[in-house]
Amino acid sequence: MTTVGPDAAEGRDVTSAAVGVRSSRTAMTVGAVGIIWKREMLRWWRDKPRIIGSTGFPLIFLLVFGSGLSGAMGSLIGDGAQAVNFEQFIFPGIIAMSVFFAALFNAVSLVYDREFGILKEVLVAPVSRAAVAFGKTLGGATVATLQGTVVFVFAPLVGIRLSPLLVLQLWPIMFLGAFALSSMGVAMAARMRSIESFQMINQFVMFPLIFLSGIFFPLQGLPPWMGVLVRVNPVSYAVDPLRRLILEAQGLPDEVLGRLSESGLALSLGGQQVGVAADIAIVAGFGIAMNVLAMWLISIRD
Amino acid sequence: MAHAQDPAILTENLTRRFGDLVAVDHMDLSVGHGQVFGFLGPNGAGKTTAIAMLTTLLRPTEGRALVAGHDVERDAAGVRRAIGIVFQEPSLDERLTARENLEFHAVLYGMPRAERPQRIGEALRLVDLDDRADHIVEKFSGGMRRRLEIARGLLHVPAVLFLDEPTLGLDPQSRRSVWQHIRTLRETTGVTVFMTTHYMEEAEFCDRIAIIDHGRIVALDTPEGLKNLVGGDVVVLTTPDAQAMVDYLGTQSLDATMRDSEVRVEVDDGARFIPRVVRGFPGEIDGASLRRPTLDDVFLKLTGRTIRESELNAGDVSRSRMRRSMGSRGRR
Repeated sequence: MTTVGPDAAEGRDVTSAAVGVRSSRTAMTVGAVGIIWKREMLRWWRDKPRIIGSTGFPLIFLLVFGSGLSGAMGSLIGDGAQAVNFEQFIFPGIIAMSVFFAALFNAVSLVYDREFGILKEVLVAPVSRAAVAFGKTLGGATVATLQGTVVFVFAPLVGIRLSPLLVLQLWPIMFLGAFALSSMGVAMAARMRSIESFQMINQFVMFPLIFLSGIFFPLQGLPPWMGVLVRVNPVSYAVDPLRRLILEAQGLPDEVLGRLSESGLALSLGGQQVGVAADIAIVAGFGIAMNVLAMWLISIRD
Repeated sequence: MAHAQDPAILTENLTRRFGDLVAVDHMDLSVGHGQVFGFLGPNGAGKTTAIAMLTTLLRPTEGRALVAGHDVERDAAGVRRAIGIVFQEPSLDERLTARENLEFHAVLYGMPRAERPQRIGEALRLVDLDDRADHIVEKFSGGMRRRLEIARGLLHVPAVLFLDEPTLGLDPQSRRSVWQHIRTLRETTGVTVFMTTHYMEEAEFCDRIAIIDHGRIVALDTPEGLKNLVGGDVVVLTTPDAQAMVDYLGTQSLDATMRDSEVRVEVDDGARFIPRVVRGFPGEIDGASLRRPTLDDVFLKLTGRTIRESELNAGDVSRSRMRRSMGSRGRR
């Protein structure tokens, strides 16, 4: 009999005789989340090829895709020095893409842990499995935010100015998107037995989400069905605030900024531009739902 | 809560099915505190499944189990706090150092920060890895990894330590070293050790052994007690006409078995038996050997097969288990 359901017997009394002094249950859960997070960070930091590879990837996209199409597409909005060209349009999208790829990809570590036995060590520990899922998610989200931050150094190449204030505004939004996608990745990985099948499913899910999020093209003159898909896709709402914040900080005249959604550079719903607050609320809602799903899936005991 | 008079491990009718396969079949078991208790049986006998249930990784299909007084179903968290485990497959993070692996474990088990450095240092010293504390585990040999896993299993001072095939795939030297450490820790900490093995020599180290076959306990006793099941001595005779020999021994009400040209028989006093049988079959006996019974003889007597034979046609080993154990051997 395989009973499917969250592990109800998780972490009740904390009064075992085994070790004299023990931390309280809350402290233990926080500690577990923390150490799982720390482990993700250590593993990432020691995997230099991964860091180098995931830095080169966005650069290639930015140069080949961005610069390649920039000439053909000309100005997307505004004229002369106050124009937004394709490279500048795509730059926030490349940040988002780096973050989301890293967030989804990092969840493979859960499958890796299962395949190499480390997950068992975690699952027999007296910590709630929800804490395991949450620690993994936070680790993945942190790694992904750092990966996205690396893209900042390419800003001068495409004529984007990043002030310290802007960076401070971007980080929480990047982290929120990373958290949402990382939760989704952990949910997908929670019951997956092989790294290969996770990679396969991951790509199957990742590419539509990324391509239909307005990262690579302005949302203007799209076929209606595609317009609908972009607006249904929660990832679009994680890209939108990054682009809005970055473009709004480039000293463009208000007249130009007022036409962002009209030109397909910002998301609109029913003709109304979606506000940054609404974007954040949608991504947060999606992220929490995915995290709860991940916690539940990881708690199923065979 | 655990009480001193409770056995360290108690199971009643413990059963686990995977579809049609009954991996663990109505197992009744009681292991006292401070014992080294062994599960001996071929691969696929259900040893690992039993451990998975006792350590809360698998739910029993039927029956119940108490570990350190906690029910594995209703108080999984209580069980988890009271046990340490060394899994059959490696379960260290190879990209972390030995110390980081132990720190990870210490935090998961709620060990206060102030205690950690000292306890981690002690655990590493116990398994002779204190000079490697800050080396990345990737560079460790199979024996070193095993010892580190044993240190980790003991770090939070568990009441019961589970060791699933602790020496599987290790070279003889590492195996001896692992065993030495298991004996040391039992003498110094008094922990109850529950281990599985399919190595006869290892089972000899246990206080009590359960012989497992097809998910059932077929015998449970001390190593000596089990060997007494076989009788005094085991004599193996080499003869061209083995069948005639078996028939003859049968008339002497001796239980003989035949393997090619070898006849194996259990007798009370082998030293007197051999000259007698040689006189009875002049010129027909090419060789004779005499030894004390081993646990393999006990297994043969109880199941009609040797452990090695059981493993050669272990049709009941699930594919995933085979893949896993092969994987772990490959990496050692």
